[in-house]
Amino acid sequence: MSDVTTEQLEEIRDRPGLLSQIATFARKQPLGTGGAVVVILYVLMAIFAPYLTAFDPTANSYDSQFVAPNAQFPMGTDEWGRDILTRVLYGSRTALFVGFTCAIVGSTVGLVLGVGSAYFGGIVDLIFQRIMDVFMAFPLIIMALAIVSITQSLQVSPESSVYFVIIAITLPLIPNCARVVRSSALAIREIPYVDAARANGFSDTRIILRHMVPNVMAPYLIMITAFVGQAILLEASLSFLGLGVQDPVPAWGLMLRNAQEFIRTEPWIAIWPGVAITLGVFGFNLFGDAVRDALDPKLRSQ
Amino acid sequence: MRTKMWKFALGAVAAAAMTTGAVAETPKSGGTLNFVVGSKIPSYDGHIETTFGMIHPISPFYSLLIRVNPDNPSENDFQCDVCSSWDASADGLTYTYKIRDDVKFHDGTPMTAQDVLATYNKIVFPPEGVASSRKAFYKMVKSMSAPDDTTFVMNLEYPSGAYLPAMASPFNYIYSKKDLDEHGMNWHQKNVNGSGPFKFVQHQPGAFVEGVKYDGYHHEGRPYLDGFKAISAPKMSARVQAIEGDRASIEFRAFPPKQRDDLVAALGDKITVQESDWNCVLMATPNHERPPFDDPRVRKALTLAIDRWGGSEYLSKIAIVKTVGGIVFPNHPLAATEEELVQIAGYSKDLEASREEARRLLKEAGAEGLKFTFNNRGVDQPYRVVGTWLVDQWKQVGLEVDQQVNPSPVFYDILRKTGEFDVSIDFNCQSVINPIADVSKFLPSAGNNYANFEDAEIEALYDKLARAGTFEEQRALMREYETMVLNDKATQAITLWWYKINPYRSYVKGWKIAPSHYLGQQLDQIWLDK
Repeated sequence: MSDVTTEQLEEIRDRPGLLSQIATFARKQPLGTGGAVVVILYVLMAIFAPYLTAFDPTANSYDSQFVAPNAQFPMGTDEWGRDILTRVLYGSRTALFVGFTCAIVGSTVGLVLGVGSAYFGGIVDLIFQRIMDVFMAFPLIIMALAIVSITQSLQVSPESSVYFVIIAITLPLIPNCARVVRSSALAIREIPYVDAARANGFSDTRIILRHMVPNVMAPYLIMITAFVGQAILLEASLSFLGLGVQDPVPAWGLMLRNAQEFIRTEPWIAIWPGVAITLGVFGFNLFGDAVRDALDPKLRSQ
Repeated sequence: MRTKMWKFALGAVAAAAMTTGAVAETPKSGGTLNFVVGSKIPSYDGHIETTFGMIHPISPFYSLLIRVNPDNPSENDFQCDVCSSWDASADGLTYTYKIRDDVKFHDGTPMTAQDVLATYNKIVFPPEGVASSRKAFYKMVKSMSAPDDTTFVMNLEYPSGAYLPAMASPFNYIYSKKDLDEHGMNWHQKNVNGSGPFKFVQHQPGAFVEGVKYDGYHHEGRPYLDGFKAISAPKMSARVQAIEGDRASIEFRAFPPKQRDDLVAALGDKITVQESDWNCVLMATPNHERPPFDDPRVRKALTLAIDRWGGSEYLSKIAIVKTVGGIVFPNHPLAATEEELVQIAGYSKDLEASREEARRLLKEAGAEGLKFTFNNRGVDQPYRVVGTWLVDQWKQVGLEVDQQVNPSPVFYDILRKTGEFDVSIDFNCQSVINPIADVSKFLPSAGNNYANFEDAEIEALYDKLARAGTFEEQRALMREYETMVLNDKATQAITLWWYKINPYRSYVKGWKIAPSHYLGQQLDQIWLDK
């Protein structure tokens, strides 16, 4: 058991507390803090949606078609008489579920593949990177469209359709993360402790997961935050194109799609889901940028 | 019967009278008509296709034997196109058509009765392996012949009021016998050689179809236009904007009420609107092979849950549907009156009683809280709108329904090939109003009935209906058939009949709305007042 020196105790005592760290972060990253506030708000909206509204997001009310925003319906109602605020609140569940799932799964798979590719190097790395090149040659939306179109032809059940949307969005994210992580892992592979681990006879899996992966967590976390916004936007795009979730499920892209016909005479039907998408993507991107700045030693020192 | 037919005609005229003043004007020649089409062209062959995506851009290239008068398309006012006259024998079993001797195909070949014979042989008695979508409409036809180049004769098994309307189908393009003999029965799927008012110039897939005036057209003085361009625009917002920006003058299918209002608000009297009931209806078709939809109580519960009278009011604000009706085009003399309709399950004005009965039937059948998937077509108007409405209606009686919206090819595959569905949306869209032929859709043996069942009783009743000699007999049998299909056996559930709204540039003249988006599409009656 080692003794703690006086200097070490002082260092621990002088280390800023959580609130102090948050305050520092807010001072240095005001935009990122704004993004974080939006992210937290959206998460709270998704969790507490049933407590924030008295309406059912899928129940039609034919006496209330096209009601303009008022005290009873602060965001108005849509063509089915459904409260738009309620649908926006519940829509955050769809958006965040798809966004977080795609970002976490896509980044994690990308992390493992990227580190593995860097670790093995040689022909494995070469083949793997060319496959990544092929995937990355397609814009995200085109890839997602292709995948979701293929899965549609499989005639999956409607409940499964959201999972196929997740697959369609996740697959194109994987190579992006793998490529970024690989570049960090290539440097780590050359550090002596990896050689030491090899010399000790540790398995490849152990070296990758216990010695290399923890050292590329910074780019991994940055990619996750960046991907959530992208995934929300992709899900909304697919729903807008009629390839995502289907009515009457509340989803922002689908709400926008349905609003097209009424945009001139009842613009509020389009405005609120549009605002929800824009603000959400903006918030996640700002937060992601701030996390990147905070975790990047070069930017941090500046 | 005469009185009823007269009332029907008056109703149709009233629909057309919603147009701006129909003052007779002298047509002007010249100009190119640009119009937008919201669907793709599967092939050019009218004998196999069923979509407006084909008929709108391709019909101007072809002639018909007889057609619905394009100047009076609201009624079954038939006129000769390539014939000069027709006669029916006293017993109604022989129809003789005299074919004009001045009709030429666009490649210069003169048209004779042999071409008409070859065409109708392809439609009515297609060789094995050759598709003919409306073959079932001609069940009464026994034989046909062309004794000389200007005479075409059709012999019927039994006299039928459904025969002449079937002959006026706008899909029955007259093909050249030479083309059929030399190139085969499938040649017209990818090639055009007609005798219509316009000659084919080019088709840029996904972009447009272009036609130019045919100087040798057999109706003197027509067409008035120098040409036309059918512009492909799958998105409705693009079609509306094309008309608003004057890049296109008209869309011949229809727009929902909101789009009509937008265009009128934006363009005022530069926009003319015509509206009409539409010979088109969406229905919910349960798969009888899949339990519990093999149980008539469950199927009846599905139809009892639907609020048709309320739906007519609120759905008509957002979709191209409006009219409550049974299996026959509403307001036709053979259609059920409101008093007759309310006797059918799901048409009662006491909605709560209907839904209570639906819940009782579901409980009795052990299908309380049934969860199923509703197969829908990925077309917004009116499929997705009506689908979303149905999901909500069924929810009111405790059913839990997931809507599965599929692109058209997948949707058709499910209906026609795999049969893997619980309940599906389906449609019955016809051209010429011909109730006796149109209701063949509900026959278990009909090629386009996707409910997957057999029923000798329905088949026998339809056979009696098809052979009924008098109007009174037809009407009585039609009621019996309708009650059997919609009420007793609840084989399918009718939703709402479509309602056609056509806002278009006011300088487009000569076009009159029809109760079908398939009719009046040769464009030889249209002129531009610019």
